[in-house]
Amino acid sequence: MSENPSKMAGAMSAVARAVIPVILAIVVGGIIILAMGKDPITFYVKIFQYGLTGTNWMRSLVLMAPLLVIAVGLIVAFRGQLWNLGYGGQFLLGAVVVSGFGPALFAVVPGPLATIVLLLGSAVAGAVWTVVPALLKARYGTNEIITSLVMSFIGAGVVNLLIKGPLKDASQPIPQTKVLDSADMLPDIFGTKVHLGFLLAIVIALVFQFVLSRTSFGLRMDVFGASAKSANHVGINSTGMVFLVFALSGALIGLAGGIDVLGHESYQRANWDPHYGDAVMPFVFLARLSPVAVVPLIGFYSVLATGGILAAQQTGLNVDFLLVIVGLILIFMTITEFVTTRRALGQSYMPVGLKRSVTGLFDSITRRSNR
Amino acid sequence: MSDLLLNPTFLTAFIVAAIAASMPLMLAAIGETIGEQAGVLNLGVEGIMLIGAYTAFVTTLSTGNFWVGLLVGSLAGVLSSVVMLVLNVWLGLNQIVIGLAVTLIGEGITSVLYLQNFAKTSPGLGVAPSFDIPLLSGIPVVGKAVFQQSGIFWFCILLAVVVAWMLIKTNWGLSIRAAGQKPSSLDAAGGSVTRVRSQAVLIAGAFAGLGGAYLALITTSTFTPFMVNGLGYVAIVITMLSRGRVLWVALTSLLYGVTVAVGTALQLTALSLPADVIKMLPFIVVMITLVLFSRTTVVPPALAAPYTRGAR
Repeated sequence: MSENPSKMAGAMSAVARAVIPVILAIVVGGIIILAMGKDPITFYVKIFQYGLTGTNWMRSLVLMAPLLVIAVGLIVAFRGQLWNLGYGGQFLLGAVVVSGFGPALFAVVPGPLATIVLLLGSAVAGAVWTVVPALLKARYGTNEIITSLVMSFIGAGVVNLLIKGPLKDASQPIPQTKVLDSADMLPDIFGTKVHLGFLLAIVIALVFQFVLSRTSFGLRMDVFGASAKSANHVGINSTGMVFLVFALSGALIGLAGGIDVLGHESYQRANWDPHYGDAVMPFVFLARLSPVAVVPLIGFYSVLATGGILAAQQTGLNVDFLLVIVGLILIFMTITEFVTTRRALGQSYMPVGLKRSVTGLFDSITRRSNR
Repeated sequence: MSDLLLNPTFLTAFIVAAIAASMPLMLAAIGETIGEQAGVLNLGVEGIMLIGAYTAFVTTLSTGNFWVGLLVGSLAGVLSSVVMLVLNVWLGLNQIVIGLAVTLIGEGITSVLYLQNFAKTSPGLGVAPSFDIPLLSGIPVVGKAVFQQSGIFWFCILLAVVVAWMLIKTNWGLSIRAAGQKPSSLDAAGGSVTRVRSQAVLIAGAFAGLGGAYLALITTSTFTPFMVNGLGYVAIVITMLSRGRVLWVALTSLLYGVTVAVGTALQLTALSLPADVIKMLPFIVVMITLVLFSRTTVVPPALAAPYTRGAR
C-alpha cells in the first residue's frame, strides 16, 4: 500500500516524458511555420478540426489500424535490439499481396477464407523480406540498419514492377491493381465507418503486450536485447533469436500493409508509399517499447496525420511538414530522456546497451537519492 | 549492342553519366568515413544531403554562380550537423535516433520549401561552365568525358585527395582513428575525444552537404523533393565496405556510378529494361556486395558509443 504514491509518481513522470517532447515539437514546428510566413495557430486548429470533429474521428481510427500494427512490429524488433528499418519495403510487399492477388482469390474462394489467406500472405511476405538482413546479422554481424534499409529499396522496386507488370489492371491507364469489390473488404465495426482491422490492431497490441511482458519468450527476448552474449550464456539460441525477432517484426509490418489495403485502400497504385513507418518511429520510443502504451500516442498521430492533409492544403503548406514534426519529436525525446536520466526519475525508454554509457556517469547519484 | 559500344558519343555520355552518379556518393561517403573513423555514426547523411542540395540549388538559382552554390550547400551541411555535434558528441545521446530525426527533418523541410517556392515553375540550373584541361581534353572520348568537366569536379577530387592524405599521414588523422578505435587511449595521450569527434562531425556534415550540392548543381542541374532517394544510405554501406580507406571509397563509388550508367545505357538497347529495374539495380548490386563481402566489413569498435571518461 505504501508503494502506491511512488507508483503514481512514476506513472505521472512516464506520461510527462511522453508528452513533453510532443508539446515541444509542436511549439518549435509552429515557430518554423511562422518563419515560413504561414499561420501556425490556424494550421494546428484545423488539424484537430479535420482530424477529430464530426465523423472525422472515424477516419483517424481507420488510419490508426495500420500504424498501430507497424508500431507493434517495430517494438518487437527494438526490444530485441535489432534495428529493423526496412519497414517501408515490408509494408508495401504486404500490401501488394492483398491488392494484387486479392481480386482473383475472392473470385474463387469464399470470402472469410480468402481474407485469412490474404492477410497471412501479407505477413509471410513481410517476414520473407527480413531473411537476408537476419542472415547477415546472425552470420557476420553485419549492421542490420543498412541491410534492412537497402532491402527496403529493393522491395519497393519489386512492388512497382509487380503493379506495372503481372498485377496491373489492364483496363486502367495508370498502373494500378484491380480494385477490390466492396463486399470483399473488411466489414465495418457495427454502427461506424471504422473497419474490423482497427479491432484486429488493438488485439495485436494487447496480445504482444502480454507475450512480451508476461511470457518466458518475452523475457528471453529482453535478455537477448540487453546482451546477446549473456543470452548465449543462459542457453538462448541467439542466432535463432535474430531470425525469429526479425521475422516477427517483418510479419507484423507486412500484415499492416495487408490490413490497410483490405480495410481501407482497396487497390494499390505504382509508387504509392505512405511512409507510415517513419511516422511511427518516435512514438514507439516514447511508449518505452510497450505495445499498449503506444496506442494513445499512435491515436494522437493518426489525428495529426488525418487532419494534417487538409490543414496543410488550406494553410499553404505541404503535408511533408509532418515529417519535420516527427523529426523534432525524436530530437526532443532524446533531450528529455537525457535530462530526466540526469534527474534520475526512473527507468528509461531507450535501449539499454545504447544508453548504458550515458547513465554510468549518473549511477552513483541515482543510488544515493533512491535511499 | 557492339556498334553502340564503339560509338564515341555513346562512350562519352556513358563515362560522363558514371562520373556524375558517383561523385555525390563519393563526397558523402568520404564525410561518413571521417565521422565513422572517429566513432560517430551519422545516419543523417540522407537528410543533410537534401539540405545541402536544396540550399545549393536556391543559391545558384538566385546568384547564377555554381561555386557560391557549392559553398553554401556545404556550409548548410555543417550547420545541420551542429545538431549532431551537440546532441551526439557533447551530450552522448542515441546516434541512431538523432540521425533518423535529422533525415526526417531534412526530407520534410526541403520538400515543403521546394513545393512552396518552385512547384509551379520547377526551374533548372543549366550546365555549369566546363573547365577544359589543355592537351588532355583533346584525347578522343576520354578527353571529352573526363577532361572537360566543370571546375567543381576537379575541386572535389582535390578535396578527396587532401582528406585521404590527412587521414593517413597526419597526427590529426591518427587522432580521428584513435577516437573511433579506442577513445580512452586518445584521452590518455592528452588528446580530447570530444574535440576530435566534434571536428569529425562537422567535416562529415560539410562533405554530406557538398555531396548534395554536387547532386543538385552538376548531376541533375535541378532540385526535386526526396531527390537523394537512398543515396545517403548507400554512402553508409560504402563506408562500411571501405574500412576507412578513401581510395576504396572512391573506387566503390565509381562502381556504383558505372552501375547507374549501365542501367541507363541498357534502356537504349533492345533490352529496354523497365525504369524500376534500373532504379533497383544499384541497390541490388549493393546488397550482393554486402552478402559477398560481409565478412570484411569492419566498423570501428567505438562506433556509435558515446565516450565517458572513466566509464567501463
